[in-house]
Order: sequence, then structure tokens, then C-alpha cells
Amino acid sequence: MKIARVSGTVVSTISAPIFDNRRLLFCDYITPDGEATGDYVIAVDVVDAGPGEIVLIMDEGNGARQIVGEATAPIRALVVGIIDPVDP
Amino acid sequence: MHLATVIGTLVATERTPGLDGIKFLIIQPLTRDLKPSVMPVIAADAIAMAGPGELVYFVGSREAAQAMPEPFVPIDHAVVGIVDQLAIGPLPTSGSAAKKKRGPS
Repeated sequence: MKIARVSGTVVSTISAPIFDNRRLLFCDYITPDGEATGDYVIAVDVVDAGPGEIVLIMDEGNGARQIVGEATAPIRALVVGIIDPVDP
Repeated sequence: MHLATVIGTLVATERTPGLDGIKFLIIQPLTRDLKPSVMPVIAADAIAMAGPGELVYFVGSREAAQAMPEPFVPIDHAVVGIVDQLAIGPLPTSGSAAKKKRGPS
């Protein structure tokens, strides 16, 4: 898993059915001391994370499908946790 | 998933079985400030609505095939949604992890 900061949301009405009623969060990957790595990911939220929060990203299809409970789903990146401040 | 802009479509009549009936889009992957990030890729259009110029998001590897009606097809990139609105703040700066104190939960 990786650490990221939620920098915003992606609003999308035309999308694959799996995204219906699921929030897409725009997450910037950061190092444990908060430095942006420059990479980002659009992740499906399953923990009600909001912009500005530091979150845990799981980016693997099999795990993602287990979490959303769908045998076939084009999902890899999920926000699976909201983490407290990291003491580097 | 990452952002991309659709820069064209592509027709390939000679194709391996399993790719039949799949519409291809040429997409330009983007950085967070919508600048080209890596070389353009050819993605399957899993929503059959994305046209040139649209801002979309796409998924890679096995999950791309999972976006298709038949989930076991040789696809490595698929456009899975069109972005209506992208509301993102500035890039996080160092220390943003430490400063953010969560209230009592």
C-alpha cells in the first residue's frame, strides 16, 4: 500500500457501471514526511475520506474486487484507510 | 486510474480473436495539471461514449480487460469514465502529513 493525500474529487456521470454511487478521489502520493512524489491516482473511496486527509491507497485488482464484492470489476486503486499523522 | 485526453480513434480490422467488436481510442495520459505525462497509448473504449478532446480516466493491466463485456480479452488499457468536473487543490507540500491533526474520532 501507499500513502497519499486526497487533493480533490473526480465527478463523472458517464462511466463504467461499477462506479455508480461510488466516489472517486484524486489522491497525490506522498512520502511519510508529506513530500509529494509527483505521482497521483484516482481511487475509489470506501472509507468516506475527504479532501485534505492523509489516506492509505491499496492499488491491486484482486484485493479491490474483494473489497467491493464484485467478481469482475475494472477497479484497482481504493482508498482503504484514513491515517493519523505520520511521525517520520 | 489516471487522467487522459482522447486524441483520436483507431481502426484495426486485422486483429487477434478476442478483440472483435472493441472500439479503440488513442489517449494521451496526463499529469495532475493536465500536461502530457507519458507516450500516448491505445485504450479500449469501455463506455463507448468518449470522443476526441474529452477528458477521461483509464485503468491499466488486467483491470482494463475487466471493464469489457467479455472480461477475458487481451486488453491492457481501457477508458472507464469521462470526467465532468475535476476539483483538486494544489500539490501537497512537505509536513502536510504531520500538521494535519484529526479531531477526536
